[in-house]
Amino acid sequence: MQRQNNFKYESQKLGSWYFTVAVILFGAQLVLGLVSAIQFIYPSFLYDILDFSITRMIHINALVVWMVYAMIGSVYYLLPDETGIETVGIGMGKLLFWILTLAVTVVVLVYIFIQVGPATQATIWLITEGREYIEAPRWADIGIVVVVLGFLANTFLTALKGRRTGIMTVILSDMIALAGLYLAGMYFTDNISMDQYWWWWVIHLWVEATWEVMVGALAAYALIKVVDAKREIVEMWLWIEVAMLFGSGILGLGHHYFWIGTPEYWWEIGALFSALEPMPLIGMFVHVLYDWGKEKGLKENSGVDTSSNNTPALLWLISNGFGNFLGAGVWGFFHTLPQVNIYTHGTQFTAAHGHLAFFGAYATILTAMFYMGIQGKYGIKKLRATFASKMAIFLITFGVLGMTVALTIAGYEQVLIARAQLGATWDAFFVAQNQLWMSQAMDWRLIMGIVTTVGFFYLVKDLLTISKSPKNVYK
Amino acid sequence: MSRKKVSVWSDNRFWQRSATWVTGFASLLLIWLTFDTMGQISMGNQKDIDNHVVKRVPSATVINYKVEYNMNNHRGHEVPVIGGDDGKGNSLFKVKEKFFGRDDYSQKEADALLHLGKLASQAKNCMDCHTLLGNGAYYAPDLTKAWLDPAWGKNGPMQAMTGKSTKEEAMAEFLQHPGKYPTHARMMPNLGITPKEAVGLVAFLKHMATIDTNGFPRGFGKIKEGVVYAKTK
Repeated sequence: MQRQNNFKYESQKLGSWYFTVAVILFGAQLVLGLVSAIQFIYPSFLYDILDFSITRMIHINALVVWMVYAMIGSVYYLLPDETGIETVGIGMGKLLFWILTLAVTVVVLVYIFIQVGPATQATIWLITEGREYIEAPRWADIGIVVVVLGFLANTFLTALKGRRTGIMTVILSDMIALAGLYLAGMYFTDNISMDQYWWWWVIHLWVEATWEVMVGALAAYALIKVVDAKREIVEMWLWIEVAMLFGSGILGLGHHYFWIGTPEYWWEIGALFSALEPMPLIGMFVHVLYDWGKEKGLKENSGVDTSSNNTPALLWLISNGFGNFLGAGVWGFFHTLPQVNIYTHGTQFTAAHGHLAFFGAYATILTAMFYMGIQGKYGIKKLRATFASKMAIFLITFGVLGMTVALTIAGYEQVLIARAQLGATWDAFFVAQNQLWMSQAMDWRLIMGIVTTVGFFYLVKDLLTISKSPKNVYK
Repeated sequence: MSRKKVSVWSDNRFWQRSATWVTGFASLLLIWLTFDTMGQISMGNQKDIDNHVVKRVPSATVINYKVEYNMNNHRGHEVPVIGGDDGKGNSLFKVKEKFFGRDDYSQKEADALLHLGKLASQAKNCMDCHTLLGNGAYYAPDLTKAWLDPAWGKNGPMQAMTGKSTKEEAMAEFLQHPGKYPTHARMMPNLGITPKEAVGLVAFLKHMATIDTNGFPRGFGKIKEGVVYAKTK
């Protein structure tokens, strides 16, 4: 029953290209994550060939880039749906896609084969900027800005010409902020405090502000599509979420300014606003469940089929509500107060939070968008979860939760022994690393990483074959 | 069907305006605080040291001075102490200390060394194994106050291991040939660090130790067992 290319708009096709690269990079993230996890247990693995510094860098860069790809893809995908028209500069959009993909490939090849350079500006421009998470060399930064400007022009011109919905308004203003903030990352200074001050403008104001708002907008769109939620209600929730996310997230930036040389007043500002950061995440969680239940009840009352239009997407959407709250909200709050953070800052605690937050807040909703792309591509009226869909969501969620618990235990041990007991020196660090509790935690992290990767294979299999499932309902 | 006026709480326009106002207000507050912070974390110069002006990020010429990390009575946590302690945890800016045999680096020379070191720290991806000011990866020790680590000091095992007689020479030697001096099964890779870059990196580390990090890391190098471990290992 498979039908090929049911896309009504080229923009949706372009969105699916972005999704495809995103899935490939997601795979690369997992492979490099496994290599890094192995290096924690067997430090001689690939020593002086592909060191931890490189594998960990690609692990996280692949994560960031696949999420950016999936977000751009999602916007291209929903643009015609929201505006009612084809994307204006679709030819340019496709060209920019190839430019970006080529640039990403070159950057990764340089990371793997050249790795480091001499202490010159040439290294910063051509090999690596060496600033965690945004290591891409300066030439690639400029390329990224050009591509993003083209993308922004495309979305703006399309939105101005077509219908203007609340979701589109949020996405457009969010995209400007997201792109503008990246400029703060293209900067060299000898003053490391100044360096990290602006570096956090990119990192924090992306993942704890603009990306979260993007997730809110995507969730709003998905709820309308998947459970027929009413647009006015969804958009009202979206505005409330924007107010709460930006209201807490922008000044929540202060929790990164406790110990980098910045003044003490950031203790109070960072503590207060970042303690509020979980609030909108609770709201988003409640919102998804509320809308789902409400729409189901309405359908039940009128005797209509109550199943959702896209079960796998709905499952991932629910795991988003839950994972965002748990990973970003609860695990973030654990160590956000300066009184706690003075000991947890720079330990595996942060890694635990990072794993669950990125998965819960972003990987889940973007995977839901992949399924919506599949649904659109094959023109499926009701997309039903298969065995592989369920295995994928179960194994990936279980794996990431397992890694998070393992890293949390490692973090506790490190906080107590290396920090509180022994005072954070070189030896204190390695004494803590040698503890049985640390090595057991690292073993479990690897095992759970493998579980996650198996889940990913199910996900890929499912994305490739779900359109053939006989359970689907076609138009 | 005529509808009654809807409540403001379920009015999209109200929430859209609220979102705009909240975002605008938070952004303005952040920009204002940023201006204040920029002033407070701009790097000092030798004149500040001469005039005993305490800067959160001091001049690169601190490499000419003795650096400690002591409890400050007034602030209730450790702070970097430059050029001697007045007994209450305040800098005297007097006591000098040789750095690669000299304690008279000019502003220009010290700035150049720090510049080279900062560039090297990025060109070699230090942050993807270590943490600097607590930020980075968690595969290797935090370097925020590495300059003050007892293991690198006199009688420290790291200095002894390299066979050098000063802290800075030992650090520079280690950075150039980390594979020769394993301190743990997890070894630092050979990153092709040149002798010049190594000197720059050590200057960068010494300067970083003088940044006022509000007491982070707490109790660094002060806890007896942590240091004893270092000596007996």
